[in-house]
Amino acid sequence: MGSELSRNFFELFDLPVAFRIDRRDLAERYRILQGLTHPDRFASAGDQERRLAVQKAAQVNEAYQILRHPLSRARYLLELQGVEFDGQRDTAVDPEFLMEQMELREALAAIPAAAEPLQEYNALVARLDDSMRKLEARVAELLEQDTDSARAEAKSLVLKMQFMDKLQQEARALEEALLDTH
Amino acid sequence: MALLQISEPGQSTAPHQHRLAAGIDLGTTNSLVASVRSGVAEALPDENGEVLLPSVVRYLPDGVVVGAAAREAASEDPHNTLVSVKRFMGRGLDDIQQRYPDTPYRFRAGESAVPRMETAAGEVSAVEVSAEILRVLRARAEKTLGGELEGVVITVPAYFDDAQRQATKDAATLAGLKVLRLLNEPTAAAVAYGLDQRAEGTVAIYDFGGGTFDISILHLNKGVFEVVATAGDTALGGDDFDQRLADWLREQAGTGAEGHHGQRREALDEARRAKEVLTTQDSVAVRVPREDGSVWEGSLTRETFEQLAAPLVERTLVSCRRALRDAGLEREDIDAVVMVGGSTRVPLVRAKVGEFFGRDPMVDIDPDRVVAVGAALQADVLVGNKSGDELLLLDVIPLSLGLETMGGLVEKIIPRNTTIPVARAQDFTTFKDGQTAMSIHVVQGERELVQDCRSLARFSLRDIPPMVAGAARIRVTFQVDADGLLSVTAREETTGAQASIAVKPSYGLSDDEVAQMLSDSMAHASEDVAARKLREQQVEAERVLEALEAALAADGEALLDAAERAAIDAAAAQLRAAMSGEDDRAIKQAIDALNAATTEFAARRMDNSIRAALAGHRVDEFD
Repeated sequence: MGSELSRNFFELFDLPVAFRIDRRDLAERYRILQGLTHPDRFASAGDQERRLAVQKAAQVNEAYQILRHPLSRARYLLELQGVEFDGQRDTAVDPEFLMEQMELREALAAIPAAAEPLQEYNALVARLDDSMRKLEARVAELLEQDTDSARAEAKSLVLKMQFMDKLQQEARALEEALLDTH
Repeated sequence: MALLQISEPGQSTAPHQHRLAAGIDLGTTNSLVASVRSGVAEALPDENGEVLLPSVVRYLPDGVVVGAAAREAASEDPHNTLVSVKRFMGRGLDDIQQRYPDTPYRFRAGESAVPRMETAAGEVSAVEVSAEILRVLRARAEKTLGGELEGVVITVPAYFDDAQRQATKDAATLAGLKVLRLLNEPTAAAVAYGLDQRAEGTVAIYDFGGGTFDISILHLNKGVFEVVATAGDTALGGDDFDQRLADWLREQAGTGAEGHHGQRREALDEARRAKEVLTTQDSVAVRVPREDGSVWEGSLTRETFEQLAAPLVERTLVSCRRALRDAGLEREDIDAVVMVGGSTRVPLVRAKVGEFFGRDPMVDIDPDRVVAVGAALQADVLVGNKSGDELLLLDVIPLSLGLETMGGLVEKIIPRNTTIPVARAQDFTTFKDGQTAMSIHVVQGERELVQDCRSLARFSLRDIPPMVAGAARIRVTFQVDADGLLSVTAREETTGAQASIAVKPSYGLSDDEVAQMLSDSMAHASEDVAARKLREQQVEAERVLEALEAALAADGEALLDAAERAAIDAAAAQLRAAMSGEDDRAIKQAIDALNAATTEFAARRMDNSIRAALAGHRVDEFD
């Protein structure tokens, strides 16, 4: 019976290895796990138990971060199923999507100069969120099919989600700049 | 959860006595200590009935004076009277001189990364000055409580970076205190207000102290405190009100910008007094001595003071906006605003904060004591007097941790506001054939260039097995513990070789320096160094054995086979034998050996408890 520091994140949370997750249930499980592993529970224990607790609590935190966000959860799940991601080679996405990305990027860059920047900003963010939700829904369907072709398509959608995620982050950075000047 | 507690009644062979613990607010302007007595957390006064200990240390050729007496001497003896050194904790010389060009202290850059100040009693660092303050508080607590403290919780601003936290912990070590936890000040304030009693909610803690400002957004759910965002300014505080007011007073008095330190100090004292009077009155009579011996007398209205103070208050609101944004919240989402720190007594601050959040801030508990009271409550839980099942404090890392990459750019490895503890691994490779060493520079901050972030430490990896360029895969793991302190380990993955790491803290003390200061201070206090080391190891041994006993009673049967149990019993017997001896190193070795023998057992217990708890969760679900 070995220590199970290497268990996968779904198992750590005692959840089936699946994309669909009840966020409230996940949060509840996270709290239970933190309550058991947080180093504060071992404040008057020996050094070794405290070290172990730090490691375990860190693992619980990492697992929660990965599982709670659809993008990282989908990617993690695909990796568990043997799909490899390679940052260098995986950039080829279909031309249509890339055109859309460029267009969105230009729209984002034009916001600060617009007459009503916050209004433009909100419209763009709504559009980004909508695209993201659609990608997410499709990934959820594909990941339930459990075939290689479905996994391949899911991977290509996860790559698109990564593009969208980056764009959302840039949009948030722009929001900070907008709010600071208004 | 019971099996993780070591003081469960009826499970232990010996009845547990109440363990002495305290919470310490090590503040920029004032410090204080609080403890839970008869179930009530209260600040402990000194023999004169004073709770607040001014964070001022005066060094004389033949000794050290701490507190009010030291502060009174600040004007006449500015070089030897060290005030507000919390601002210097974990900071480098350039940083200090750039941020605080007006301090009267004579800084010396020594061999150490930590700047030292020249005094009549020799050179001292901010860590040692803080240790003097902690020693006084420790003595006060031990005298009041009637015994030795088993552990303390020390509070730090939520925004403190790794170097500042480490410096605080080093100061506690020097003062002979065992730190149960470095607790963020706003989290402590939330605990003091009993906000853990609420079912759910979002609270803003506005902490405006003497030298620092913090705003933290805490989310509470079923007793769990989660810091969802924190922002602030480690160089903005009530001292800045005083400084602006002092500048104004000296301008009115017509004294030159070059005024000598004593005169500047007197203007500052007058400014502080005026500020306090203006919290309840609309104007105050002020007087400032000039250098020629004449005295300027005048009047200061609250309106004038507020004009001077308004830009500073405005700066705090910028941080409030940023914290809300980081948390993804609107002002309306905040259910309560808690005021902490002496500067929140200023009516302008209360008004502006109330206006900003659209609700009256909570001010029921003395804003100077609220943090220490919360720390005392948490210390009582951590030391094992009270079950902490209902109270868990989850904190986040306040500033991103990153690595220096090519061209002086920063690659973030742990973004700010990540819940701690956290561990992240990063793979590196060699770029030359046969390369056996490499250097990693860790920085903390949000900017893209290394030069704009705070340098934390440089790690040298050695003993990398020689291979062709690019073949080695060195996995470096960065771990931040619950106190927000970073540690780094490294391993070459293809061979499994453990690379050794030499740490050079950018602004911190090395372990050797702390050890040296500790033995110096004990020699100075004519303490018996050997006896103290022995005592410390004995206490640790007792702690370890007691925890093991409880663990074996709970899970020994279920989780260990006969051979494993025998090995643990043998190691425990050796520790008991060593404890009765006089050799602290032998005890330490026996503790390490017992720890090694029980590692697997401890890991199994933790996994077991997790499985049991989640299984229970599932049953609940289908009820």
